[in-house]
Amino acid sequence: MSAQDILFDAPGPRARVRNNILTLLSVVVLLLIGYVIARRLDREHQFDGKLWKPFIRGDTWTEFIIPGLLGTLRAAAVAAVLALVFGVVFGLGRLSDHRWIRIPSAAVVEFFRAIPLLILIFFLFSGPSAIAAGLNREAPQISAFTAVVVGLMLYNGSVLAEIFRAGINSIPSGQSEAAYALGLRKGGVMRLILVPQATTAMMPAIVSQLVVLLKDTALGWIIAYEDLLNAGFNQIKANYGNLLPAAVVIALIYIAINLALGSLATWLEQRSRRSHKTSARTLSTASALPGSAGMSISD
Amino acid sequence: MNWDVLFDFSPLFKESGAVLDSFFATIRLSVVTGVLALIGGTVLVAMRVAPTPVLRWAGTLYVNTFRNTPLTLILLFCSLGLSDTLKFKVSESSSVNFFWLAIFGLSAYTAAFVCEALRAGINTVPLGQAEAARAIGLTFSQSLRLVILPQAFRAVIAPLGSILIAMIKNTTVVLVASYLEAASQMKDMFEEYGATLPIFLGFAIGYMVITLPTGFYFSWLARRLAVAR
Repeated sequence: MSAQDILFDAPGPRARVRNNILTLLSVVVLLLIGYVIARRLDREHQFDGKLWKPFIRGDTWTEFIIPGLLGTLRAAAVAAVLALVFGVVFGLGRLSDHRWIRIPSAAVVEFFRAIPLLILIFFLFSGPSAIAAGLNREAPQISAFTAVVVGLMLYNGSVLAEIFRAGINSIPSGQSEAAYALGLRKGGVMRLILVPQATTAMMPAIVSQLVVLLKDTALGWIIAYEDLLNAGFNQIKANYGNLLPAAVVIALIYIAINLALGSLATWLEQRSRRSHKTSARTLSTASALPGSAGMSISD
Repeated sequence: MNWDVLFDFSPLFKESGAVLDSFFATIRLSVVTGVLALIGGTVLVAMRVAPTPVLRWAGTLYVNTFRNTPLTLILLFCSLGLSDTLKFKVSESSSVNFFWLAIFGLSAYTAAFVCEALRAGINTVPLGQAEAARAIGLTFSQSLRLVILPQAFRAVIAPLGSILIAMIKNTTVVLVASYLEAASQMKDMFEEYGATLPIFLGFAIGYMVITLPTGFYFSWLARRLAVAR
């Protein structure tokens, strides 16, 4: 149900006039804001052709932007696969009947969800070699790529574990009771009854989390991973001295990718709501589900 | 063998003043950003549900732009773009300037998420509620004030709590806007004492002391105020 239907009646003659006046006023205000920004940009000579020209030349794309984009996508893809595996393992761990599996899984998931990803990446980047040196072992070389990917895996994997758990829990208990009554065992109930239905229900939430993961690869910039942000803010700027144009182009690329992923999530959500293959309530793409760290400790 | 890298918590105690100061900086950032993002998000949601198409488009454009851009990029844009290239200054003192630039970027980013949560809240109110309100003769502002918004606000407490916690964790990224808070303090201590496990754990616990109680509080509040349907 759209918000307009709830908040407003169908406009009558007076409301229509009022809406037209409001439209005019808001157009004027928006144009005014746009003008102020444009004048500021013009005053600092940001519209000069020489700042924007690099982006219509092929070598800017082949030398900086595309390698940067590949760096971002590579980190995101590897981290996404690892995070899904991590999420399944720890999500199942939290659903286990054995307390000695359930409690450690819960502790791991809640820990990584409660701390900022950035300090985790810092520690993963420089921690292992410092600790190895202290223990007189050969220091491992941790590349920026490894630190970013492992950090993203631990954080997003923990969030995915919660999504996974919420997905399994959203299936009515009658489903597993019926399966047990048919004589299936725990593994069979999970594999044949719960997971297939939960997958449909949690697909949208998983895809939305992948958008978060893709955006978070940009944190790699801080430890000098060569991603899209690095291409824009370091390499292109160093070559052409055009920070703002580079930022705008890079931002547009991120927005395009994330909007595409986001609309995939919305499409999956609508498909899942229509689906008769699952009895689970669809986990929406909204950030609402599941709650943040500390908000879902119920067991 | 030097076991200090695993068990020596003394650097944290030696620098306890600086560590506490850095966490106060984090809290200061979070509080100001939280207030500004809530105001910004409310304005945006008013635009996104307005009966005027132009405002709806502008709101949608803003939300899609900021929600899909990495925070690192936004904050870099604030520090390098606004401050260095466009010569946008809030204050002559550079630390005050960077504080407000960081707040500006973080609030602009968080407001988009607040807007989406509030909009989802309005959408959780069943259409029948509005129809019933009109049927008993409530005016537009009465039905909004007495029926729809109270239900909408109570539905978004938990999502707003999640956004608040995510925002507290995101204050670490203001590192790129050159404002000193807990994450940059940890980085400095890594450089001075080496990247040892106890320093990392100390800061991780510091963040958990802030985020976990916030989470408990919001989930308690959400349960307490949930609308029974």
